[in-house]
Amino acid sequence: MTKKVIVNFTVNGDHETREAEVGQTLLRFIREELHLTGTKEGCEIGECGACTVLLEGKPVNSCLVLAVELEGKELVTIEGLSKNGELDKLQQAFIDKFAFQCGYCTPGMIMAAKALLDRNPNPTDQDINVALSGNLCRCGAYQEIREAIKASAIK
Amino acid sequence: MADLKFVGRSVPRKDAVDKVTGTAEFIDDRFLGPLIYAKMKKSTVPHGKIKKLDISKAQAHPGVKAVMTGKDYPNKIGLYLVDRDFVAVDKVRFIGEPIAIVAATSERAALEAVELIDVEYEELPGVFDPREGMKTGSPLVHDDLEAYERVPIFYPVPGTNISNHFKLRKGDVEKGFAEADLVIERDYYVPQMQHVPIETHKAAAHWSPGGKLTVWSTAQSPNVVRQLLAKAFDLPLHNIRIISSYIGGGFGCKAGASLEGLVIPLAIKFPGYVVKIVFNREEDMQGTFMRQGLYSNLKTGVRKDGRITALEYKMVWDGGAYTEYGVNIVRAAGYSSTGAYDIPNVKTDSYCVYTNNSIGGPVRGFGMCEMQWGIERQIEVIAKELKMDPLEVRLLNGMKEGSTTASGQVVHHVAYDKCLKTVAEKVGWGKKEGKFRGKGIAGLVKCPAQPSNAASSAIIRINEDGSAHVMIGATEMGQGMLTAISQIAAEGLNIPLEKIDIKVPDTDFTPYEWQSVGSRVTYTCGTAVKRAAADALGQIYTVASNLLEVPKEDLSFDGKVVYSTKDKNIKATIREVADSCKKCSGEGIAGPIIGRGSFVPTNMTNLDPETGQGNPGLFYCFGATAVEVEVDPETGVITILQLASSIDAGKAVNPQLCHAQLRGGVIMGLSTALYEEVKFDQGVMLNRNFTDYKIAAIDNIPQLDSFIIETPEENGPYGARGIGEQPMIGVAPAIANAVCDALDIDVHTFPLTPERVWQAIKAKK
Repeated sequence: MTKKVIVNFTVNGDHETREAEVGQTLLRFIREELHLTGTKEGCEIGECGACTVLLEGKPVNSCLVLAVELEGKELVTIEGLSKNGELDKLQQAFIDKFAFQCGYCTPGMIMAAKALLDRNPNPTDQDINVALSGNLCRCGAYQEIREAIKASAIK
Repeated sequence: MADLKFVGRSVPRKDAVDKVTGTAEFIDDRFLGPLIYAKMKKSTVPHGKIKKLDISKAQAHPGVKAVMTGKDYPNKIGLYLVDRDFVAVDKVRFIGEPIAIVAATSERAALEAVELIDVEYEELPGVFDPREGMKTGSPLVHDDLEAYERVPIFYPVPGTNISNHFKLRKGDVEKGFAEADLVIERDYYVPQMQHVPIETHKAAAHWSPGGKLTVWSTAQSPNVVRQLLAKAFDLPLHNIRIISSYIGGGFGCKAGASLEGLVIPLAIKFPGYVVKIVFNREEDMQGTFMRQGLYSNLKTGVRKDGRITALEYKMVWDGGAYTEYGVNIVRAAGYSSTGAYDIPNVKTDSYCVYTNNSIGGPVRGFGMCEMQWGIERQIEVIAKELKMDPLEVRLLNGMKEGSTTASGQVVHHVAYDKCLKTVAEKVGWGKKEGKFRGKGIAGLVKCPAQPSNAASSAIIRINEDGSAHVMIGATEMGQGMLTAISQIAAEGLNIPLEKIDIKVPDTDFTPYEWQSVGSRVTYTCGTAVKRAAADALGQIYTVASNLLEVPKEDLSFDGKVVYSTKDKNIKATIREVADSCKKCSGEGIAGPIIGRGSFVPTNMTNLDPETGQGNPGLFYCFGATAVEVEVDPETGVITILQLASSIDAGKAVNPQLCHAQLRGGVIMGLSTALYEEVKFDQGVMLNRNFTDYKIAAIDNIPQLDSFIIETPEENGPYGARGIGEQPMIGVAPAIANAVCDALDIDVHTFPLTPERVWQAIKAKK
């Protein structure tokens, strides 16, 4: 049998204690144990950014982090962005600017953008390009994504 | 067409809140359990007989429930040519082809068991270049091509690897060349590309002992999947239910049927379980449809004044190991082989050739990116030879109202010249801005490639409170179908958009749609929905007329109230009409209102088998792309300074959505122009991940300028035509033309990697 380890962590503001399989990725743990399916799998080898979440406030590819590394840490997924049914400003900007098409990369894209805005509230196009260069969007909503991030930035 | 209330407005997307909050449900987000996980054992040689396939150790592995091999699948599958094995039988034809499917109670057990399968091959000589493969005497990828069932509009050449030879003869090409002052003949090559939607292919199947098969799939076209599975597994249509979710990008690779069939014998063997298969990125890149490679030769005759008199176009397509769908790409490129130009004399031969490379299939553009690359480069060379402005040559030869296509179809509502002039003006056409800078332009056209009777249908149910459910069989893969179709429904019903509900398909409940491909859904499904809305509205008036005792023609509906135009005090609310309407006396008038609409093209015909003449186009959508680049002469690195794209949408149902779709297509085109090429070495795909197969990221994308032109399509809903694929087509040739303009160099292929550009610079020196 696969060995399991108890992990204590915070997810979207709630304290949790769960068992995680040794070797299980954070991505699988989020989807299969926490049933938070907003976080998407695109490549499972850290190349596409679809599984981006915030760990201790920093954007990570959750497919490259082990679930056991959650111990004592704070995790925020796309589900943690809207509060009490109110969309985050960034989410609303994505809607207003048509900054997604199929929507599969969108949760990862929004989390990466959120991390950028948290550390740089007024990013330039160049700042956005650097911060989001690891998040692939095959539908090609990049121009609208830049517009959405700038629209939700603090002017 | 004044006073549209919903069509033509940039309303927010129907799926918007779902998609930004992570609540949008894709296939893999559904709770399906109890689950069985299926994994593939894949071939490691490109062409070979299976001498030994020992599954005994895998079967004995803990957690494994069954291992299936080719003989467990009763029939082959194929959309146009039934040539494809679900799982290899006796022989493998490409690397990555499934040769066994392991089902286990955990993913890990399935993966472990796959490694325990013992396979030995007798390797056969492979076919890796279609130009060699089409020759008599080449090793045969399929020995029994002649025996394969096919739609009779495809023409395999028995005893060869040619699975379709499409012939087109228009006018007299020899006479055309005789009239020419200049004849230019050149070769071109377009390599394979992969769609790489961020969501890979996924499916799950469930069998009830009563005989009902339920399939959850990422398929773009649930009804076609149902049709193909029914045939392959000898099941009646009503016993197969295909359920769609949001699809995480399609671009053609999820058209037709893909991996669904792999898990069906397992589902039937284990009733009550859900058997699930998910392709990982490598499997997705190697084992699903990719864009076919194209080797082409163009010979063009042109008069001194720039008028093209003749075109001879030979296309040899790398169809890959199975061409069940690819034969129709070869046909579509053939019947469209003059691109956006009116050329009086044409001779085209388009060949689909089996090879031992991965399976070719539909990709955004359906052959047009590959075929029009040659057309648009050739025009550039003609202009240069004649010392004419390439824009002028395009305007001179470009299709206009009443022009004929290669297949002799007369086109209408054409504003190709406007598309060209719009983008040319945007990039400052005719002005050279610097030593290493250049400008390029390319035109484009595409009609949906579909059978002449490809149908759509729609049902609209009016609820008791006057809100409505729109039921259609089209899928939502990012293109915005849900939104645009809702707008068409709202317009037709005159019901506010927020009172319209629309869902992705479930074939047990939603009406027939052929496929969500070919940029056809806005037009075809849109027409069916418009008709269903008219039907429902007609019923509303009939019921209200009965209730109010006012003739129907004197009634009007404002979205809330039906009233007499003669006396506005005579009225009934939509609630009173729609909620099983009854008279004051209590006598019932009518039950619930259900509108229905269906659509089948009436303007398409079969093509003559010898000349390819006829009407294959439901509608033709034109556009143009113009680019300014700067090229580093030392490194060959291209910088895109400006990129403008125009498309004639007929009527933009949702302008902002239309612009987003246009720019998305341009970005995919730009990505293929600069980066994308699937590399094969003797059937081994060398770049099978996003590190080795680079696609455009946000930092590769300049500011894009998009232009929507609206020349109404006579029979499109509110004048609309589809635009999803078209913007991609002109990008690679426009960039290439600009690069060649910048440094006075020549290129025959793309992607225009720095190395390739540098080689072209070196070749000039």
